[in-house]
Amino acid sequence: MSTLEIRDLHVSVETKEGPKQILRGVDLTITSGQTHAIMGPNGSGKSTLASALAGHPKYQVTSGTVTLDGEDVLAMTVDERARAGLFLAMQYPVEVPGVSVANFLRTAKTAIDGEAPKLRTWGKEVKEAMGNLRIDSAFSERSVNEGFSGGEKKRHEILQMELFKPHFAILDETDSGLDVDALRIVSEGVNRAKENTDVGVLLITHYTRILRYIKPDFVHVFVDGRIAEEGGPELAERLEEEGYDKYVGAAAPASV
Amino acid sequence: MTATTDLTTDHSRAVADGAHTHSPGAASAAPQGSRAERLTSFSLDDIPVPTGREEEWRFSPVARIQPLFDGGLVTAGADGSGVRVTVEAAPEVKVETVGRDDARLGRAGKPGDRTGVTAWNAFTEATVVTVPAEATPADVTSVRFDGDQGAAAVPSAAHVLVKAERHAEAVVVIDHAGVATLNQTVEIDVADGAHLTVVSVQDWADGAVHTSSHRARIGRDAKLKHVVVTFGGDVVRVTPDAEFTGEGGEVEMVGLYFADSDQHQEHRLFVDHAVPRCKSRVTYKGALQGSGAHTVWVGDVLIQAEAEGTDTYELNRNLVLTDGARADSVPNLEIETGEIDGAGHASATGRFDDEQLFYLMARGIPETDARRLVVRGFFAELIQEIGVASVEERLIASIEAELEKSMSVITGEADPATETDAE
Ligand SMILES: Nc1ncnc2c1ncn2[C@@H]1O[C@H](COP(=O)(O)OP(=O)(O)O)[C@@H](O)[C@H]1O
Ligand SMILES: [Mg+2]
Repeated sequence: MSTLEIRDLHVSVETKEGPKQILRGVDLTITSGQTHAIMGPNGSGKSTLASALAGHPKYQVTSGTVTLDGEDVLAMTVDERARAGLFLAMQYPVEVPGVSVANFLRTAKTAIDGEAPKLRTWGKEVKEAMGNLRIDSAFSERSVNEGFSGGEKKRHEILQMELFKPHFAILDETDSGLDVDALRIVSEGVNRAKENTDVGVLLITHYTRILRYIKPDFVHVFVDGRIAEEGGPELAERLEEEGYDKYVGAAAPASV
Repeated sequence: MTATTDLTTDHSRAVADGAHTHSPGAASAAPQGSRAERLTSFSLDDIPVPTGREEEWRFSPVARIQPLFDGGLVTAGADGSGVRVTVEAAPEVKVETVGRDDARLGRAGKPGDRTGVTAWNAFTEATVVTVPAEATPADVTSVRFDGDQGAAAVPSAAHVLVKAERHAEAVVVIDHAGVATLNQTVEIDVADGAHLTVVSVQDWADGAVHTSSHRARIGRDAKLKHVVVTFGGDVVRVTPDAEFTGEGGEVEMVGLYFADSDQHQEHRLFVDHAVPRCKSRVTYKGALQGSGAHTVWVGDVLIQAEAEGTDTYELNRNLVLTDGARADSVPNLEIETGEIDGAGHASATGRFDDEQLFYLMARGIPETDARRLVVRGFFAELIQEIGVASVEERLIASIEAELEKSMSVITGEADPATETDAE
C-alpha cells in the first residue's frame, strides 16, 4: 500500500516574459488502488500538475511538497521518479526517431526494475499487452511515436503503463481525441492495470465521457491552478450537466 | 526530430527546418554563380591559392590548410613521408602502383579547387585498384593510409584510382588513421553496368589535416554508392564530385560525421546530371559537440539542360549536442530543364531535443543512456543504408566512443581513458 501526497503545491513555468505562476496551492492524497479524476477547463493547470509531478525541467516548484511513502519526490531526478514508481501518460507523447518501440520498452523496463526482463517471458508479455490494446505487432520495429496517429500514441502510453507496472499513474487527457472504440480499448487497458497491480490513478480529463469506463473514487474540479471542489462520482455527473461556467466565473475574484 | 531549432543554417540559400521540393522547371537562385561555370583545371596557374573569401573556401580554416596549397608535396608512402599505404585486396581485385604518366589517371573530372589541383600536380606514384569486368568479389578491398607522428610536419599528396570495369560489383574501403598532413585525390571510375561501393573513413588522430578530392564518373546503368565517414583529425575537407556519363546511372552518397571541440569537418558535394535519366540521392548526417566544433555541408546539384528524366534528392541533418558548436548547411539545386522526374532537398540543424530526453527519462532511463539512445537513433537509419557490415559495426563503435566523451562532460566523470591510466 503506497501513498502519494501533494501538499500546497505552487508551480510556475518559464516563459519569455519571465516566470508565470500556474499552480496556486494544490492539495491531494492518493493511495494505492484509488482512482482520482481531475477535471477542469482548458488552461486551468492540469498538465502543469502532471509535468511538475514527473519533474519536467520547465516547471519550477516554488513551494509545497510531494512525497511518495514519505520520500521527497521533488528532490528526485526525472528518471528517479519513474523508478520510484511514478508514471505519466503524456497528453502529447514525444517522437523519438530511430529508437524502436521494442528497444525502448526493454530499455525502460530494465531501468525501472533494475534488471533486464527475462527474454522469453518479456517477449510474450509485450505481445499479449499489444494484442489487448489492438496495437499491431509491426509497431515493435517502428520508431517511438514517430508517425503514430493520435490514438496510436495514447494506446502506446497505456501499453507502457501496463508493462512498467507503476505504483501511481498520471493519465493526462489520455481520452482526448479518441473515438469511442479507441476510448474503450484504452479504458480497458487502464482497468486491467488497476486490477493486476493495484495502481493508484490520477485521471486528468476535460470530459466526463471516460468516467463511464473508468470509475473514479474521487472527483476534483481543477480551476485556475487549484482544486475548487471535490466529491465522489456524483460530482462528475453534475459537471456533465452544468459545465465549468460556475467555477470559471467564480475563479476571477478569488484573490482573497 | 519533432522540434528542431535552426541554428546556423545559411539562410542565403538553405531552407532550414523542413524539406521542400522543386517543381519541374523551377530553378533556384545561385547567387555565387552557377556550378556549371566554376573553373576546373589540371594547371596550378589556373587555380590560385585562396584567400578564404572564395565561395568554395568561405567556411574553411584556410590558414590551417595552407601547407597543402603549395606545389611542393611529397608523395604519401614515399621514404620520409611518414605515411604508410597498405592495400589488402580481394583475390579477384588487381592492385598496381603506377607512375603519374599512366594513361588511366586523370580521366574522372578535373580539379575544381586549389587543393585539388596541387594534389594532382604533386604525386609521383598512384595506387590503382581495378575490379575486373564481371568480377564480384565477396571480400572487401581495403586501402589504408597510416600517418606516424613525423608525417604531420611533411605535407604529402596521394592519388588513388578505383576502377570497376563493366558489370563488376565490389566494395572498396579507404581508411585513414594516425596523424598526417595529406592532400589526396580519389578517382572513381564506374564502368557501364558496374555496381561499386567506395567508403572513405577519416578516423584520424588529433593533429591531422586532410583534404581529399573525390571525383567519380558513372557510366551507363552503373551504380555508385559513395560513403564518407569523418570522426577524427583537426581539419578534414572532403569534396566528392560525381558526374554521369551514360543514361540510367545512379549515385547514392551517404555521409556521417561527428565533430568534437575545435574540429573542422567539411563535406562539399557536387552531383552533375549531364545526361538523361539518372538518379542521385544524397544523405549526410552529422553530430557536433564541444566549443569550436564546426561542420560544413554543401550539396550542389546541377541538372543540365540535356538531363531529362533526372531524379534527385539531397538531405543534410545536423544534431548539435552542446553549446559552442556550429553547423553550416547549404543545399543548392540548379535546374536547367523542365523535364525532370523529381528534384528536392532538405536541410535542418537542430539542438538536442530536451523533450525527447524528458520522455525517455520519465520512463526511468538515466540521462546518459537516454542521450545515447537519441543520438544512436539519429544515425540509425543512415548506418543501415551503408550496407557493408564490417563498416557498420565499426561505425557504431566509433559513435559510442564519441558519445563517451560528451557523457563524461555531462556526468562530471573523468575521461575513461584517464581513469584507466591512473589505475
Ligand atoms: N510551457 C509553458 N509555457 C508558457 N505557458 C505555459 C506553459 N505550460 C503551461 N502554460 C500556461 O499555463 C496555463 C495552464 O496550462 P496547462 O497546464 O497546459 O493547462 P491544462 O492542461 O489544464 O489545459 C495555461 O495558461 C498555459 O498557457
Ligand atoms: Mg493539458
